[in-house]
This record gives sequence, C-alpha cells and structure tokens, in this order.
Amino acid sequence: MSSNKDSIKSTIIVALLLCLVCSVIVSGAAVFLKPLQQANKALDKKTNILLAAGMETEGQDIETLFEQFTPKVVDLDTGRYVSDVDPATYDQRKAAKNPKQSEALSGDEDIASIGRRANYATVYLLEKDGQLDRVILPVKGYALWSTLYGFLALEGDGNTVAGLGFYEHAETPGLGGEIDNPRWKALWPGKKLFDANGTLAVDLVKGSVDPNSPKAIHQVDGLSGATLTTNGVENLLWFWLGENGFGPYLNNLRAGGV
Amino acid sequence: MTDSAKSVVVEPIFENNPIALQILGICSALAVTSNLQVTLVMCIALTTVVACSNFSIALIRNHIPNSIRIIVQMIIIASLVIVVDQILKAYAYSISKQLSVFVGLIITNCIVMGRAEAFAMKNKPGLSFMDGIGNGLGYSVVLIAVAVVRELFGSGKLFGIEILSTVNEGGWYVPNGLMLLPPSAFFVIGLLIWALRSWKPNQVEAKEYELAPQNTSMQESH
Repeated sequence: MSSNKDSIKSTIIVALLLCLVCSVIVSGAAVFLKPLQQANKALDKKTNILLAAGMETEGQDIETLFEQFTPKVVDLDTGRYVSDVDPATYDQRKAAKNPKQSEALSGDEDIASIGRRANYATVYLLEKDGQLDRVILPVKGYALWSTLYGFLALEGDGNTVAGLGFYEHAETPGLGGEIDNPRWKALWPGKKLFDANGTLAVDLVKGSVDPNSPKAIHQVDGLSGATLTTNGVENLLWFWLGENGFGPYLNNLRAGGV
Repeated sequence: MTDSAKSVVVEPIFENNPIALQILGICSALAVTSNLQVTLVMCIALTTVVACSNFSIALIRNHIPNSIRIIVQMIIIASLVIVVDQILKAYAYSISKQLSVFVGLIITNCIVMGRAEAFAMKNKPGLSFMDGIGNGLGYSVVLIAVAVVRELFGSGKLFGIEILSTVNEGGWYVPNGLMLLPPSAFFVIGLLIWALRSWKPNQVEAKEYELAPQNTSMQESH
C-alpha cells in the first residue's frame, strides 16, 4: 500500500476516507454538544437581560433572579401587548426571518440595516411595589462586521436608560468589541433618550461628552477607534426607539396605558 | 526512546522555542494575551490541537499521498480545531466568547502546520505526540509570560485579582493603556527574545549581510 501511495487511486481513497472520518468527528461533536451549548446561550441571554437591567448577577442563581421578570409580547405597530402569543415560546429572531411574521423595511426606514423586522417583540418587565421599575427591550442592528444583538433597559418612565448590553456580536476585539467593556457600559445608566418635547435625542459623540453642555444628559462617549461600530449602536437605538421600533409602545407606556 | 521523548518535549521550551526562535504563531500571541485566564485557555487549546494533530498525522503518515499532503494536514487540523471550539462553547461559554475568532484561527497557526510538516510526517505517532506537547508548552511559556506582563501593567490584575490597585478604583497605580492593546505584545515579545538570546547566544542568527565600507567617490560624481 505504501509503495504505490502516490497513485491516483490511492490518493482518492485516502482523501475520501479522511473526509468521511473527519466529518463524522466534527458533526458528532456538534450534535452531542448542541444541547449544552444552547443551554449556555439561553443562560447567557438571561444574564444579559439582568445585567442590562443593572442587577447584580455575581454568585446569584440566574434562573431565580430572572423569574422576577414578566415577559410580554408587544405588537410593534400598535404598541400594545398581544395576548394570543406565548412569550415563553415566541422567538423574535426566528420571526424576523419569516415573511408571515415580519415585514421588510425600505431603504430609508431601515437605518439599523436589519432588512426585516418582526411584527411582535418580546419585552421584559420588572415591577417593584406595584410600580413598573424596569422595561427591557431587545435591540439589534448592523455595525461594522456583524449584527449586534442586545438589550436596552429603561426605567419605569420609559425615558431614562438603566443599561445597555450586547450578548452577541462579532466586532473587532479591542476596538468595536469594546461595546462589552464594563466602563463604557457604565456610561449609559441615567441618560435620557428623549428631550423635554418627547423628541428622540440620544446621541453618541466623538471623543468625550462635555459635562457642561445642556445636551450631555442625552450624550454618550463614542468608542475610539471604532467609529463604524459606534454609528451602528447609534443607528440601532434610533431605529428601535423610533416609529418603526418601540416608539408607539413607549408613547403608550409614558401615557400610562398599554 | 525515552531520552528522545524527553528531549522533544523539553527542547522547544527554551532551546528551540516556536515563538522566540522560529517566530511562528505571533498573530495569536498578540491577540489573546491581554488577560491571563483567556491566555491559559488558548494555550491549552493550542497544545491539545498540536499534540492531537501531530499524533493523527504521524499515524497515517505512510498512507498520505505526497500530492495532497498539505490538504490532508489541513483537514485534520481544521477538524480538531472545530471540535475544540465546540467543546469550549459547551463547557466554557464565557471564555469562548472572549476568545471569539481566535480559537478558529488556531487552524492558521503556523506552529500546528509547521510541526505536522516538519516532524509528524517523519516520526512515529508517540514521539510526534510528545513533540506536539513540547511545542505547545514552548508557545504557552511565551504567551503566559506576555500575558502576565500585559495584564499586570495594563489593568493591575492577575487572573482578574487585583495586584496593583489602580487609580480608577481609588488606588495609586495608573494603568498603562498601551499594554491592553495588541501592539504592546510586540514590545514584550521583542524584549523576551532579546533576553532569551542574551542568555543563549547560540540562538542569535548569523548576519546575512554587512554594511559596505562607505564609498566616497559617489559624492564626487555628483
């Protein structure tokens, strides 16, 4: 065998056998480890919801903490809750790909470059002493290399940011990847999304925010070396807080009736 | 046999270090060394991949047709890397998120391919496995040294535990931000290579050329 290993026949045999063995190993690993990986992903998503809401997760049981939240499904067009969809099984990311459950966005509507938007979105509510304390909105948008998936947590007034965090992206580590940096994320809580007239005012600025500027309450530092990622974050906020995103829902929320 | 097995494990650590002497695998050495914990996982992943790929390639080395040997090596390495990546995603999710693309990039790490081509194609599986371990260790020694320097001076921590209390946390140490950026690894690796070659001068490469004596007649012709 080894004497004529360079013949065409044995070349093809070796190549085929090797591919077969390797594909069995790779697909075996992928199939056997999938349940664990999905559990990790689900846990990671819940952790991110908690982190976005500004809750301490270190050393705590994520599942128990997460039970305090009530998931609700919102119709984005009307801004009202829908009762016929189970929030536990509704998958917004799948729905965004399904033409029956989503709508295509035209060029100038689609500032976050996401192509399609699901009709319904899952929001997570946290109540404290009968008052709405936190509203967690799922957001996504295209940045430089990848779609950013994250959560924006608002306080009960539907205007003050409680936190912003992304649980999935593929931006350059050290540059755009700094959207995961705790110090940058710590800039968000307390910022107001809308100005006194109810107009969207949130803004990411180049360099540092001037704390004396009257607009400082709406502004957050951009990421240095990652202008396109910064733009992506700003665009996704403008999309999801605007008319095509959670705008109607937030209006209802502020008016007091959803 | 036992003697040569020992030497293939020990030699790559200082005598024939893949990063410091052969200057291979620099890319990941820059990218994943800002944090010691991530670095350690990367080192384990790479060592596993080199050892296993060396072993499997040595096992079938007499059957690999010459014309497709690089592709065969790549397939084996790529499969192993995917398996390692899947395992990390299942058992060390947060670290695999931090390592992001760099686990996948082990495929293109020159050390893996280099050892497969240079060693595993000519040696028995057992010895090749040991060679993989040795080269993995050599890579790890450099990476860990770089990561210790970078994490300590970049964020004042080791394994996330505060060693130097930084100004941000109300301490006295002003962290060196450059240390957290990939280029700093160039300086640290450069200094390491300098130190290693001062210790073992036989690693210094012979000069390929010398400056010619200055030609004064050039100036006159102008």
